Amino acid sequence: MPSLTDVMTADADLARAPGIRTMAAKGAAPEDAFVDWLCRMGDNCLVLGHRVSEWCGHSPVLEEDIALANTALDLIGQTQLWLGLAGEVEGKGRTADNLAYLRDAAQFRNVLLVERPNGDFGQTLMRQFLFDAWHMEMLRALQASSDKRVAEIAAKAAKEVAYHLERSADLVIRLGDGTEESRTRMQKALNVLWPYTGELFLGDAVDQATAEAGIAPAPASLKAAWDRTVAEVLAEATLVKPEGTFQHKGGKQGRHTEALGFILADMQFLQRAYPGGTW
Amino acid sequence: MSSEWPLWEVFIRGQHGLNHRHVGSLHAPDAEMAICNARDVYTRRNEGVSIWVVQSNQITASAPSEKGPLFEPSNSKVYRHPTFFDIPAEVGHM
Amino acid sequence: MYAQMVKAEGAKSREEMTVEERAFQDRIDRGEKIEPKEWMPEGYRKTLIRQIGQHAHSEIVGQLPEGNWITRAPTLERKAILLAKVQDEAGHGLYLYSAAETLGVSRDELLELLHNGKMKYSSIFNYPTLNWADIGTVGWLVDGAAIMNQVQLQKTSYGPYSRAMIRICKEESFHQRQGYDILLKMCLQGTPEQKAMAQDAMNRFWYPALMMFGPSDKDSVHSAQSMQWKIKINTNDELRQKFVDQTVPQAEYLGLTIPDPNLKWNEEKGGYDFSEPDWDEFFDVIAGNGPCNAERMEARVTAWEDGAWFREGLMAHAKKQDARRAAARIAAE
Ligand SMILES: [Fe+2]
Ligand SMILES: [Fe+2]
Ligand SMILES: [Fe+2]
Repeated sequence: MPSLTDVMTADADLARAPGIRTMAAKGAAPEDAFVDWLCRMGDNCLVLGHRVSEWCGHSPVLEEDIALANTALDLIGQTQLWLGLAGEVEGKGRTADNLAYLRDAAQFRNVLLVERPNGDFGQTLMRQFLFDAWHMEMLRALQASSDKRVAEIAAKAAKEVAYHLERSADLVIRLGDGTEESRTRMQKALNVLWPYTGELFLGDAVDQATAEAGIAPAPASLKAAWDRTVAEVLAEATLVKPEGTFQHKGGKQGRHTEALGFILADMQFLQRAYPGGTW
Repeated sequence: MSSEWPLWEVFIRGQHGLNHRHVGSLHAPDAEMAICNARDVYTRRNEGVSIWVVQSNQITASAPSEKGPLFEPSNSKVYRHPTFFDIPAEVGHM
Repeated sequence: MYAQMVKAEGAKSREEMTVEERAFQDRIDRGEKIEPKEWMPEGYRKTLIRQIGQHAHSEIVGQLPEGNWITRAPTLERKAILLAKVQDEAGHGLYLYSAAETLGVSRDELLELLHNGKMKYSSIFNYPTLNWADIGTVGWLVDGAAIMNQVQLQKTSYGPYSRAMIRICKEESFHQRQGYDILLKMCLQGTPEQKAMAQDAMNRFWYPALMMFGPSDKDSVHSAQSMQWKIKINTNDELRQKFVDQTVPQAEYLGLTIPDPNLKWNEEKGGYDFSEPDWDEFFDVIAGNGPCNAERMEARVTAWEDGAWFREGLMAHAKKQDARRAAARIAAE
C-alpha cells in the first residue's frame, strides 16, 4: 500500500527529505558517496542476515534450519566486510560494529525488501530469491570494480551468494510446483513482495557518483539480467508475475518502513543500554 | 498423505584424496535436495570436496549373522600383511 | 543429563538370561559394538530409543533459550559465533535422530512423541535466558555438563549412537569455550553492570546445571541395567562431582561466587563438597511446571505445524518430478 509520502514525493525531492543525509544530493564529495554506497551493500546483508537468523530453531524441518543458518552466517560475514570498508573509507575510526550498532534507522541504507517481515516460510524464501537474484548480478559486476577492495569482497561474496541463489531458486520452483497450498502461498508471497523489488534498480546521485568512478554498476544496468532469472524461475515454478507497476522506495536514502525500527531495537539493545561495555 | 521425507546416507570425500566415507544420514525429498542438505549439514567445517548420497533403503548390507563366514577366513591369511615378513636390516627400506 | 530419568527395561541376572541374551551381554562385555540389524534384546532397543530420542529432543529444544539472543547479540562477531553454535545444536539433533532411526523408529514419530508430551527433553532448557551473560553461562555450564556426559558416551555399546557422539564431541569443543569467553570479557574487562549480569546468571544457572546429571542413581535399577548394557557409562553422581570439581576454579578465575555456602574442598575425597539442588524443583520442571516449559513446547509445535505445508509441498514436487521422468522414459521407449 503506498504511504502518503510515496504518493506525494517526487523522485527529485527524495534526497532532500528531512532526516536524510545530504550525501545523496548532487555534488556530494565522491568519498561520501562511496561510504554511503558501501553502507547500502553492508546494510542489505546485515538486515537480511538478521531476518533470516530469526528462523533459527523455528524452521519447518531440521535440514532447512541448518541451511538457513548458513545463509545468515554468510550474510553476517559479508556485513563485516562491507561495513568494515565503509568505516575505513570514511576515516573517522568507526568500525563495522559501530556502524551496525550505533546508527539509527534514518542512517540505514538497506533496500526496503530486506527488512520486510519473515511472514510464513514461503515469504522468507521468496524474499531471499528476489534479493539473491539481484545480489548475484551486483556481485558479478563488482568483481570488475575500479576499487580493488570492493572487487575482492565481491569475489568472496559471489561464491557464497551463488549457492544462496541456487537454493532459493530451487525452493521457489519446488514449492510453486508443489501442492495447491504451497503454490498459493508462494504466489501470495510474490504478490506481497513484488512492490519492493523496484528499488533495487533505482539510481540516485550516490549511484551516479560510484558508477562514474567505476566503483559500481548503475543499478538499472542489472535489471535485464534480474528480469531474465526471475522470469525463468517463476515460469518453472508455475507462478505469475504480478501485474502492478507501483514500487516502494526510500530505503537506500534512509527512509524505511516501521519494521526497521523494531529490528534495530532488538539488534542494538545491548550496545545502547550498556554503552562502553566490552563484549 | 505421509509427507515424511525419505532417509539418505551421505558419503563425503575430504580434501586429501581419500575415498568417500560414510558420515551420517539426513532427510530430503529427492536426491538433488539431499546433496544440498548434505552440503549444509555435513560440510560446515570444511570437511569435504565431493558428496555422494544414496537413499537408505537402496543399500544392501551384509547380514550380521554371516559375520563369521564372511570375515573370519581372512583372519588366517596373515601373509597378506607386510609385517608378516622379516626383512634383514642390512637390505634397507622395503 | 540430556537424557535424564530414562527408564531401562528388563534388568536380568545372568541366570535369568536366555542363551541369546547371554551371548549379547558377552559381546558388550568384550567391548564389541552392537550394530543396527543385529539381534538385540527388546529392552535394549526400547531403552536406547528413549535415551537417544530424549537426547535428540534436548538438542533441538536446546536451540531455543540461546536462539533467543541471536538477534540481540552485542557484536557482529558474537552474533555469528552464537548462530553457528545454535546451528550446531540443530545438527546434533539431526545426528541423534538419525541414530535412533536405525532402531526402527522414524524422526517424525519421535517428534510426534515430543509434541504430545510422551517424551521428555532435558530439564535445563525450561529455564529462561534473561541477559547476555546467560548466553556465556549456558555455553560454559550447560554445554560443559553436556560434554562431560557425551565424552563418556562415545564409548557406548550401540554403534550408531557412539559414532554420533564422536561427531558431536568434536563439534562441542568450541561451545563451552565460546561461553567462557563471553564471561571472560564481561567479568575481567567489563563494566560493573556487566559483572553483575554475570553473577546474576551464575546464581540462576548453578543448581539447574547440577540437576542436568539427574538425581542420585545409587539405588536405581534402571541405571544398573543401562550400565550393564553400556548405554550409560558413569553414574550421575560421579559425573556431577567431576563437573563441580572442574567448574569451581573456572568460576574463581572469573571472580564469580558459586551460590552455595556449603561448597568446600574436601581433602580426603580429593573433591569438593557441595549442596544438592532442590529435587522437588527438578521434578516440577520434569512434570512440565518449569518457568518455560509451555513456551518451549509451543515454539516446537508451532514450527512443526506451520511447516507442514512446506514439507508436503516439497515431497509433492519430488513425486511429480519422478512421475514426469518415468513418463518421459516410457515415451522414449
Ligand atoms: Fe539444488
Ligand atoms: Fe549439542
Ligand atoms: Fe553444545
